[in-house]
Amino acid sequence: MRRRGSRAGSWISFLIILAVGICMIYPLVWMFFASFKTNNEINLGTGLLPAQYDVSGFIKGWRSTGQYTYTDYFANTFLLVIPTVAFTVISSTLVSYGFARFAFRGSRLLFGIMLSTLMVPNAVLIIPRYLLFRDLNWLNTYLPFWMPAVLGCYPFFIYQEVQFLRGIPRDLDEAARIDGCGSFQILIRILMPILKPSLISVCIFQTIWTWNDFMNPLIYINSVSKYPLALALRMGLDVAAAANWNEIMAMASVSIVPLVIMFFCLQKYFVEGIATSGLKG
Amino acid sequence: MRHLYFEGAGSESGKGMYMTKKKSKKTGWGQTSGYLYILPWILGFLLLQFLPLANSLRYSLTDIKLGGDYRFIGLDNYIRMFTGDPDLANSMKVTLKYILMAVPSKLVFALLVAMLLSVKMKGIRFFRTVYYLPSILGGSVAISALWRVMFMKSGIVNNLLGTDINWLGDPKYALLTITLIDVWQFGSSMVLFFAALKQVPKDLYEAAQIDGAGKCGRFFRITLPMISPIILFNMVMQTINTLQNYTSAYVVTGGGPIKSTYVMGLKIYEDAFVKSDLGYASAESWLLFVTLLLLTGVIFFTSRYWVFYADEGGR
Repeated sequence: MRRRGSRAGSWISFLIILAVGICMIYPLVWMFFASFKTNNEINLGTGLLPAQYDVSGFIKGWRSTGQYTYTDYFANTFLLVIPTVAFTVISSTLVSYGFARFAFRGSRLLFGIMLSTLMVPNAVLIIPRYLLFRDLNWLNTYLPFWMPAVLGCYPFFIYQEVQFLRGIPRDLDEAARIDGCGSFQILIRILMPILKPSLISVCIFQTIWTWNDFMNPLIYINSVSKYPLALALRMGLDVAAAANWNEIMAMASVSIVPLVIMFFCLQKYFVEGIATSGLKG
Repeated sequence: MRHLYFEGAGSESGKGMYMTKKKSKKTGWGQTSGYLYILPWILGFLLLQFLPLANSLRYSLTDIKLGGDYRFIGLDNYIRMFTGDPDLANSMKVTLKYILMAVPSKLVFALLVAMLLSVKMKGIRFFRTVYYLPSILGGSVAISALWRVMFMKSGIVNNLLGTDINWLGDPKYALLTITLIDVWQFGSSMVLFFAALKQVPKDLYEAAQIDGAGKCGRFFRITLPMISPIILFNMVMQTINTLQNYTSAYVVTGGGPIKSTYVMGLKIYEDAFVKSDLGYASAESWLLFVTLLLLTGVIFFTSRYWVFYADEGGR
């Protein structure tokens, strides 16, 4: 950057960046290669590469309990994640549109209330919600995940989209209104295309959080036939007291593959999403 | 962030109010359609947030279990929390220690990396992506399982470091091992710092250089004050997240050894869903809530002494 000694300086920073980067990514790479190792090798904590590539960890791991395989757990995870994400996007778009573009009585108060719900810890809500869902007969279904998404219970995303909508000039709405568009048409035809980056970032983060979520499935789902990946992995850890680490590492690697693929395909939206809203990650 | 919100809400809806009054005569939408759009959230708030919140407070005054009837027992749960439960005091201590270890190290690390990555260089985008990868995976059971394998006594970490530490079995190290998962997920703080660093005006550095300020001086006198609003934001967000996180403690160590990683969230979960003591666990969850409010309150209160807003309105 500066002229004096900039050559050497940039080489040093490159080496530091590279070294730190390797340390960051090492555990993931290690996990991937550990899937091909024998249990003995893992227990001895040998280096990165396996002595011999052995795929039995994947085969045995995938079979899981025998009665249910990872095919089921993947299907369950998709059934849990995809509707949750879709409902979240739809409800937060509608709600944020209402907050950003309409001045109804009490809108500021309600917006304030919505933001303050960000502060309520899940620990306070989970016991009464559990009892509520039990009374509704929703336990051991995916409704405890879908319904909060349908009903806009993710203030993070609503806030993010409100911020984004406020940045879009109102002249666009006005022009469409003069042309005879209704408010819903304005949202769908005019605003949605501009909102796209924000919508994608909502999709990404909701996918990650729901995919990785462990505590909620642990409480709401109790039969193995409905287990998502998180619970299946945990079950593998439980069952294997004399742990078959290669199977666990293999399935752990497989379970994060969809997230990693999504991450590399959509990475530019990640950074955008965090930078505009300050989401946790 | 606070400033942003108040400023935004004030001016925007002020304008909107005027506009809808004028428009509503012609088009007829305004009040009602606004409510219609936020209707999902109103229902969600009432049924899944407000009602549970009120119920939680009510349950905390009862001896409700997973099945059967319950009766009101007044403040007994709260009295028991402070007088008859040594585990709870331990869990509070562990949780605070966890926050004090995880949040500052995560922020310092995120800031250092963000500064490293703000160098102009070919391929820097790739590194930014790689550095962010742990943040999207770190919360998963897969990574917790990985931690259990890597930090075994005969595991790869001890082998690489040439040490013989019982990471998961020694109460001195167990919480540290869990904290490392959190520090590893520094990505979102890093991205925010990165954006903030880019917005520090270059002429400030030039002026300081002319005045003879060294690298250190420039960092402490210019960089830190200019990005202090983002430091505040990251600190609050990470404190809230860390206070509530117990997936890693649950899967990696199960709260042990000798309850040295038995964080509040985990204790509440076990009291409620393992010991079936829902009433008492509700009372504990309110203690967690109050702790969260106190911690963020303290951070906001002290922030007036160390957060610097470049323009009066904040940024």
